[in-house]
Amino acid sequence: MADKNGFFDLSKTTLSRRTALKGIAAGAGLALAPGFVRYSQAQSSAPIKIGFQSHRTGIGAAYGRWYEKTSAAAVKAINGAGGISGRQVELVIEDDGTDPARGAEVVAKFAKQHKTDIVFGTLFSHVVIGSAPAAGENKIPYFVVSEGHHVASTKLNRYVFQPGITDVKSQIQSMAPWIAANAGKKVTQIFPDFAFGYDHRDYLPPALKAQGADVIAQIAIPPTESSFTKYFPQIPAETEVIYHVMVGPAVLTFVKELGEFYGSQRPQLFGFMDSLEATDINSPGLEFLDGSHFWEGSPRYAQADDSAAQKAYRAAVGIDDNGAAVGDPKDVSTASHMFGCWETLYVVKKAMEDAGYKGPEDRAKLVEATEALKEFAEGPEHPQGPKTFNGKIHQCFGIQNISKVEGGKLKVVHKTKIEDGLYEAEGDYTTQAL
Amino acid sequence: MRDASPAKTYALHIGVIALLFALNFVLPDYHQGLFARIMALAVFAMGYNLLFGYVGLLSLGHAMFFSAGLYGAGLTVHHLGWGVPEAFIAGVACGALLALVIGLLALRTTGVAFLIVTMMFAQVFYLLILYFAAWTGGDQGLVIQQAARVVSIGGASLDLTNPTVRYMSALAMFAIVLLITLAIVRSRFGRVLVAIRENEERTKMLGYDTGANKLAAVVASGAICAASGAAYALLFGYVGSSFAGVQYSILPLLWVLLGGAATTLGPLVGTLFMYYVTDITSGFTSAYLLIVGVALILLVLFFPKGILGSIRQRWLGWLP
Repeated sequence: MADKNGFFDLSKTTLSRRTALKGIAAGAGLALAPGFVRYSQAQSSAPIKIGFQSHRTGIGAAYGRWYEKTSAAAVKAINGAGGISGRQVELVIEDDGTDPARGAEVVAKFAKQHKTDIVFGTLFSHVVIGSAPAAGENKIPYFVVSEGHHVASTKLNRYVFQPGITDVKSQIQSMAPWIAANAGKKVTQIFPDFAFGYDHRDYLPPALKAQGADVIAQIAIPPTESSFTKYFPQIPAETEVIYHVMVGPAVLTFVKELGEFYGSQRPQLFGFMDSLEATDINSPGLEFLDGSHFWEGSPRYAQADDSAAQKAYRAAVGIDDNGAAVGDPKDVSTASHMFGCWETLYVVKKAMEDAGYKGPEDRAKLVEATEALKEFAEGPEHPQGPKTFNGKIHQCFGIQNISKVEGGKLKVVHKTKIEDGLYEAEGDYTTQAL
Repeated sequence: MRDASPAKTYALHIGVIALLFALNFVLPDYHQGLFARIMALAVFAMGYNLLFGYVGLLSLGHAMFFSAGLYGAGLTVHHLGWGVPEAFIAGVACGALLALVIGLLALRTTGVAFLIVTMMFAQVFYLLILYFAAWTGGDQGLVIQQAARVVSIGGASLDLTNPTVRYMSALAMFAIVLLITLAIVRSRFGRVLVAIRENEERTKMLGYDTGANKLAAVVASGAICAASGAAYALLFGYVGSSFAGVQYSILPLLWVLLGGAATTLGPLVGTLFMYYVTDITSGFTSAYLLIVGVALILLVLFFPKGILGSIRQRWLGWLP
């Protein structure tokens, strides 16, 4: 075994001091290696931190509480099934006071102080819009559950997504075919005189027109109003459907006064459940709504044909068959919207796993992986129903429910198709730099 | 006015500015951003203090001046594509013009009536923002895109979304307004304002045109508040009607009362205090406003003239 380099020449076994030191160093390194490996594993198995921008106080507090409950239930389910890429998920909650200025501060706090991986969970549109610049500047993905059209309008930035709940433009458009075919063709709209109402004011008329129906009057009610009777004479006599989207505490007075105005002879009524989220449909004064119809995102009341996934979701979140907290029938949930938290967290899980997400340095990859998503099948992760996702406008599209008030409960009488709510994209976030 | 120690006074103010400058390099990222916001809003409080602290006119409508700046700057960038400097000037001009008009009308009243009239005008302003939602974005507001928040000076460009640039821009505005406020309160005009606060009839009798001086104070106050609003829009990229709500008329009053009315540095101290109490306590409980309320009650009980006002009264009589 003559080796000219002497590597295998056992006759040359002199061990210099330098070689010995190298050997000891290498041995020590190997001896310490298991500890090092453990440390590396600890780093990669550290929890994924999700900053939850919650409306704990302010006008959105009722929603915020239920958004927290739903998100906590989703995180528990995700962690119970192994987490995201094997890492547990941790929610870090900050109150934004339902205030856009504080919202922006909270986003910055998540990015810079808590160092969360993403920010999630905002509902109120003005808080989303106020916080979006902070998300873009900090380059932190911001997953909202707002139903506003702001994300899909492509007026925000590439870091803002709404993959778990449909937007209001899509919802309104989906309602038009059913209203025109079943409720009536002459529609009068009553809406609050601010942005939420304007979405309905602007999107409903063209959607109804396409179905051969018309909006014959639009009555905007100032947000400061506490009595509504004086507006009702403006409702044209030939009105077949009153489309109402009053929100906030005034809705009880609104319905009561509308009932007093019409008595038993009233046009058809169609409303959005946003008016009555977290409010018992059997509250005094709401009797007038009996027989009327509502849009619902996800049904408040358990339905006879609920899927196994829907039943499991309701049990996990802790709502009973009437959509109230288990054990507290007065604590009515915000069922129409809060499912969006559950579904969004599963979208985040999917996108993080697709992106091979390791930490904040992979946020750009996470954005691209989310944009690459196309559809979400109905099932335990998406109990409300199947959805498609448009990565260019960062918005999902799904089915909607139309429910009738019957015997103090809401019964789903129609489910729309995903196609009913599709519209032309208004821009493309993917052209923006990351 | 105590004017015994001009050297001490200038040293203190320059020292505060230098300290804020130095803090940019040592503050952790989150607090650097928070301080930028606090300095921008402290300018709002300084504008309010000029009228409330030095003239003694209690307004509950200053949100409209802040918002005039906010929208004056924001809408010109958003709809007309103006650059940052021009938009900032437009914001300040809107605030000054609005203050002139409101001043001419509201100064016909005094005391509680002045408070109510200013509050009513602010409410009108707020509702106008909602009414013209097609342009203002209504209650949802508007985002000013990052690309529009870049200042080009010669060949160089300053990106206001960069944390250091934002901090330094807020500090520059704060420093300029602080020195202007100091100059005003040490000037003849400032002394007339204090005289009006102490006894308007006597000031009139001494031959001063108190109406003109008060109007000048309202305009100066409105312009400073508008500068704060314009800077807020351009630095943080959001313009929304919540800034025109009554809450934003109460906040500067609170900041000034806390820090010390009629003290030049009180508005900064009050804003800083409120921001950090809110930020820290909200981490522990959702009832943080209760804690803020208790802190306010304790301050009123033990520091009735605000933090710096009480320090001036007890120990540092030379504080301006």
